[in-house]
Amino acid sequence: MQKSRITRSEPDEHGHWGKFGGRYVPETLVAPLEELTKEFMRAREDTKFWRELNQLLRDYAGRPTPLFHAQRLTAHAGGAQIYFKREDLLHTGAHKINNALGQALLARRMQKQRVIAETGAGQHGVATATVCALFGLRCVIYMGAEDVRRQALNVFRMRLLGAEVVTVNAGARTLKDAINEALRDWVTNVHDTYYLLGSALGPHPYPLIVREFQSVIGREAREQILSASGRLPRALIACVGGGSNSIGLFHTFIGDEQVRLIGVEAGGRGDLLGEHATRFHSSAASGGGRVGVLQGTMSYVLQDANGQIATTHSVSAGLDYSAIGPEHAFLHDTGRAEYISASDAEALEGFELCAKLEGIIPALETSHAIMPAIRLTRELPKDDAIILNLSGRGDKDVQLVADLQRR
Amino acid sequence: MSRIRETFAALKHLGRGGFIPFITAGHPDVATTELLLSELAAVGADIIELGVPFSDPVADGEVIQRASERALRNGVTLRDALTCIARARQNIDVPIVLFSYFNPLLKFGEDRLAEEAKRAGVDAVLVTDLTPEEAQTWTEKLIQRGLDPIFLVAPTTSDDRLAQIAKQARGFIYAVSRAGVTGARDQLTSDAAALVKRVRAVTDLPVAVGFGVSTAEQVREVWRFADAAVVGSAIVSQIEKLGGSPDLTNRVGDFARSLLA
Ligand SMILES: Cc1ncc(COP(=O)(O)O)c(C=O)c1O
Repeated sequence: MQKSRITRSEPDEHGHWGKFGGRYVPETLVAPLEELTKEFMRAREDTKFWRELNQLLRDYAGRPTPLFHAQRLTAHAGGAQIYFKREDLLHTGAHKINNALGQALLARRMQKQRVIAETGAGQHGVATATVCALFGLRCVIYMGAEDVRRQALNVFRMRLLGAEVVTVNAGARTLKDAINEALRDWVTNVHDTYYLLGSALGPHPYPLIVREFQSVIGREAREQILSASGRLPRALIACVGGGSNSIGLFHTFIGDEQVRLIGVEAGGRGDLLGEHATRFHSSAASGGGRVGVLQGTMSYVLQDANGQIATTHSVSAGLDYSAIGPEHAFLHDTGRAEYISASDAEALEGFELCAKLEGIIPALETSHAIMPAIRLTRELPKDDAIILNLSGRGDKDVQLVADLQRR
Repeated sequence: MSRIRETFAALKHLGRGGFIPFITAGHPDVATTELLLSELAAVGADIIELGVPFSDPVADGEVIQRASERALRNGVTLRDALTCIARARQNIDVPIVLFSYFNPLLKFGEDRLAEEAKRAGVDAVLVTDLTPEEAQTWTEKLIQRGLDPIFLVAPTTSDDRLAQIAKQARGFIYAVSRAGVTGARDQLTSDAAALVKRVRAVTDLPVAVGFGVSTAEQVREVWRFADAAVVGSAIVSQIEKLGGSPDLTNRVGDFARSLLA
């Protein structure tokens, strides 16, 4: 795609951003996806729907979240001002609840009694289990065995909330495999089941729905930074798994051409295919930079020379995924957003630094954005500002980090 | 006339239902797949579906998932599947449908695939996760080379969509017997017959029914309302059980023949 200046990022009616996105699914799922699209479009125009959602976001989830000036981290870096958008302060501890609440209202409108979801880090699983408890819906969460192991705290939380957690033993036993199982469940139980997908990926309309429910992050942040500093930030930075917290922050700013949008992918422990989750990776041996179709959508997909989907590695379960949401693929190819990566080691460094300097223990996913943010601010004048999306808190990762430190 | 149309015309003339076994390429290994294609043709397959293994087969149940994994562990590729077909083609005349998820085809290159599939002796291609909306250029490429694009329809498919799909499809329509993934079921539901009836209302193309058809009794039941029955997991499961057994080919052949009894 030609690099061009874009000021909007809206999909066509079939969910395509340029060639990306769309709906690549077994025929059985087309009807429920169309039904969901219609219901979402209706809800989007319905002021009652938004009133109810906004009230829940405020009274139940804790919105608006603060924009916090991270002064000690800023001083440590020695450059532009760093602000945190505090999604970690939301109920359940991450931005995932924004989307879970919105979609739970859709499920209720559609009179579905059973909700299924996939989860990697367990934050989306916890958010889904939470809204199901709130609305009295049956809840089944699919989670890869490797993630069940490394995010055990969240597994326990989901069960306390009344959800059934199904361990998935296929493939690398991570997020991709959990999504496969959730899709198989949905194909089988379409008549009574709502699939509450947790990131800006999958078949149309999910990338659009998730973005719409997450873009409250950027709407708030834009107002908050304008009132705090009187002008727009120089850059936004966020970690990118499937891409929901990042697109949620970016969306409102897409028309603000002077604001750089920077996504941070998981660099893992090396550049070879299988060692990272850097979908936009540029080296040949990495398997990155390849367009493909995975789990219902066309995007950049880590894969081998024969089109088999590659396994990935990241210290953070929430970024450990072979594809990236289609809107990010579009923003990448048009040059509107930039994508960089941070390794496992850098993420751990950011995790510790944020805890020590700001008294905030971030999720390992979020931690990927911290060292790149520091590097970025050093290139900018001190009176500029950047916003880092503090997408989640790190309680779930404390045990894992303790184990890694002991090694 | 395409070989698939000839096949269905002949079945109609004889007044009998068609039998379409499915196997996964490279399961348990490529050499066996080649033998199995000939064996299935010999025991009475009217069409054969050959599955290309894929790492993330979301439309498949456990049996075909395991077969795919096994094949991928052996390093089996789309190219191997085509080679298998090209070799078997020297002995058999039965139409072959290449059955795949989209990503391996996309990576191979759509034009290149259409060309090489034709050369290998493939008659039709069915892409599990490619809906007609996304398949326009792909369909044209296949038709240009004389290959039939086959599409799935499901009990959830609306009448309007059935009509649209039928317009793009060639060869036959593959009706999915019920909402769900592939895999044996004890019983066929009434969904299948109702779906076939709706398909007949919008097209003259023959209709095959698959997903869950696993016994001779179910095959006969399908023949009462559709033109052909597809049997996948039940056969793949036999192949899995017989593992490295030296008479695997004959015994799978016996099993397939028993489905026609
Ligand atoms: C705290 C947190 N941040 C980020 C992510 C990555 O997902 P996304 O890219 O959809 O925001 C996750 C996913 O589990 C998460 O839990």
